[in-house]
Amino acid sequence: MKHGLIIFCYGLLFGLGLVIAGMSNPAKVVAFLDVAGAWDPSLALVMASALATLGGARHWLHRNTDAADREQDSCPTPANIDARLIGGAAIFGVGWGISGFCPGPALVGLSAGLAGNYAFVGAMLAGFYLFKRLHRNL
Amino acid sequence: MDYPSALAAIVGGSLIGASAALLLFSYKHTAGISGIAAGLLPPWPAGNAWRVWFLAGLIASAPLAKLAGADPVPELQASPALLALAGLLVGYGSRLGGGCTSGHGVCGIARLSPRSLVATLTFMLSAGITVFLIRHWL
Repeated sequence: MKHGLIIFCYGLLFGLGLVIAGMSNPAKVVAFLDVAGAWDPSLALVMASALATLGGARHWLHRNTDAADREQDSCPTPANIDARLIGGAAIFGVGWGISGFCPGPALVGLSAGLAGNYAFVGAMLAGFYLFKRLHRNL
Repeated sequence: MDYPSALAAIVGGSLIGASAALLLFSYKHTAGISGIAAGLLPPWPAGNAWRVWFLAGLIASAPLAKLAGADPVPELQASPALLALAGLLVGYGSRLGGGCTSGHGVCGIARLSPRSLVATLTFMLSAGITVFLIRHWL
């Protein structure tokens, strides 16, 4: 329970970051993606500052922990860059471009109670489930 | 991009990075929203409660921001039917590609994963092309 509340606060922090940055608003995300229109580059700064914060924290922690802990921190991921990775990312990008929603902002938007937001999140969960059913071996 | 929105982007991004760092260093979990949310669907991975706590915090962030005077209502960019299609693509694509904006774009790149860099460039490109086609061709 105590850990649950701590993790709840981390989720809160993540969501507040999205709201403050403007990334919870799909109109702003589409304006960022619309390079040929009235381009709004500010979301590049969101990613840059998130990377700088997380990267800096990782760097600091790695300097202050021994090698064993360092190994624990880096979870194993497949190193290969394959058709699955590229294809999945490309499909994801089409949905992101149509809607201006990626998973975090879509969940943050739920409390506004908009039907289109519910439709997106419901279908996104269906997409997760579809993947699990179709690719049990992956 | 005006000064206030650039500053908001930097502050918001830092909060996202801080949340990801805290979740990683205290609980060894990656703050990839699609991965966290997909774990709520069957077949369930072991030890699922933290996912519920994190996502509850994420969803609760918008009402909290509203209390603080922000207006986090999303401006939807498509009809509910089209948003459902987008949600399906985002859900399926993010699992096939192994991550979304947060998992690949922030957590993955912060640990210098070549896979995450390729995935991020791919979904940025496909999202950009999608927005270009919708806004400037259709």
